[in-house]
Amino acid sequence: MSSEKPIIELRDVGKTFQSADGELVALEGVNIGIDEGDIFGVIGMSGAGKSTLVRCINLLERPTTGSVIFDGQDLTAMTPAELRASRREISMIFQQFNLLMQRTCLKNICFPMEIAGVKSEDAKKRAMELLEIVGLQDKANAYPAQLSGGQKQRIAIARALASDPKVLMCDEATSALDPTTTRSILALIKDINDRLGITAIIITHEMAVIEEICSHVAILDGGRVAEIGRVEDIFSNPQTEAARKLVYPDGMPVSFLKSERVVRIAFNGGSSYEPLIASLAIDCGVKVNILGADTRNVGGKAFGTMLIGLPNDPDEAEKAVAYICRQRDVTCEEVEYSHD
Amino acid sequence: MTEFFQSELWQEAVKIFEAELISDIWQTIYSTVLSTLFAYIIGLPLGVLLVAGEEDGVMPIPRWLMNALNVVINILRSVPFLILMIIALPLSRFIVGSGIGTPAMIPPLIIAAFPFIARLVESSLRETDRGVIEAAQSMGATPMQIIRKVMLPEAMPSLISGAALAFATIMGYGAMAGIIGGRGLGFLAINYGLYRKIWIVKWAAVILLVVLVQIFQSAGTKLAVKSDKRITQITKRRKTR
Repeated sequence: MSSEKPIIELRDVGKTFQSADGELVALEGVNIGIDEGDIFGVIGMSGAGKSTLVRCINLLERPTTGSVIFDGQDLTAMTPAELRASRREISMIFQQFNLLMQRTCLKNICFPMEIAGVKSEDAKKRAMELLEIVGLQDKANAYPAQLSGGQKQRIAIARALASDPKVLMCDEATSALDPTTTRSILALIKDINDRLGITAIIITHEMAVIEEICSHVAILDGGRVAEIGRVEDIFSNPQTEAARKLVYPDGMPVSFLKSERVVRIAFNGGSSYEPLIASLAIDCGVKVNILGADTRNVGGKAFGTMLIGLPNDPDEAEKAVAYICRQRDVTCEEVEYSHD
Repeated sequence: MTEFFQSELWQEAVKIFEAELISDIWQTIYSTVLSTLFAYIIGLPLGVLLVAGEEDGVMPIPRWLMNALNVVINILRSVPFLILMIIALPLSRFIVGSGIGTPAMIPPLIIAAFPFIARLVESSLRETDRGVIEAAQSMGATPMQIIRKVMLPEAMPSLISGAALAFATIMGYGAMAGIIGGRGLGFLAINYGLYRKIWIVKWAAVILLVVLVQIFQSAGTKLAVKSDKRITQITKRRKTR
């Protein structure tokens, strides 16, 4: 789906909050380009600035520095009326769904059209179509309180689509849902992206969500972009501490690594790791310790990393590293561990 | 028992009831409804402003204006109604042309009630989920659209409960206005019960006031619960019981 034209561009965006105890820097020097038709993930630990970032995109929070370019236009330079018109093209769904509790589902979906001045009959017709897209035609006259979490999010998605947006921003949209429901909501977002060509921005703290549907990802850490790129690249070979923490949330078993040289091998979608270790033993006669391994399926290819402890003999260790580095679709780097 | 019904006091009470009771009940309801209505015309927009006008509200107003608004409301809220009524009498003379009688008591009632109503509306609107307002903003809603289509409708059950409370309070204030000759059940109680010591009339008026407040209060509560789509039918039944 992805084309080369960026639909959203954040240029050197920074956000500082003034509070009673001084300044709080939530975002600093953020540069992100999101291509049209892409599914772009933003991931980070809580407090990393994800929510602020997404609110800076539609200017619910006005960035203190930098500019936000949407579809070639600078949102930060717009008048309030122009900004409201642009916001209709950037829809948003939320962790807490944020449906109007005193309106029926149908009326909730009509709401964005109502404020845009669409005629009531036209809005109703369109709302029924959208209910069909999200698979909840039978809930038209139900109130949100009568729905499950997953159903509420589906209604919220239908409502978000009502203004024919170019971009759909999902702020922790699946964080309040169970794994099965999460998967079905993600599938729906993917389907919308495929069928309607709507660019999706997924804000989450769960790597699994990024894996499931995103093609690009930015990792936020302390208000800055720690890493940005294709999901498979970042996933197979995280460069920063922040990225590693997210890719391996449980950490690595490092307690017994003392005095050994440790190498991390990243598999980039080619070979599987078991034959590599076997052939290492057969071809070089070097035996290594597998200290930890984690492989995942990303976009239909096998990715993963493995942590191996090299033999204490320096020659054997060198031989092993040289052998591994010669393999295709594999990168290897020596890592240092703090032994705590 | 028969002795009681033959007593002079009872006979006198019956005469008073026959002459005035229906009219006094009507006067009470009429002055309360009218005052509540006018007090809402002033108090509702003020209550909205108290929430929407905040720094992080949907329609921020200058801080000094907000502070002034709060001070005025607090002052009016802290003056006892009896005193307020006496202070406001010249205003009544100016507006309705008379300082006594039922019409004269309506301006003081409005002045006493609108700050109270502004606070009631304020607290109802504060219940609105910030996330829902944010969602509306993200859809490109104008501040007025957010107030009219999100804040007020979402807070409707709470606003209705508040209105029932306001109505009961204003009815209580109105009874006090019997002192300046505002007709109604309060007048009945003060004039005959207090001044002429006909205790039967006093208690009858009090009981009638209690009954009226009860009727309006429970009707308001029922309406509030019925209008609330956040609660399911089962909990609804439990709540109204």
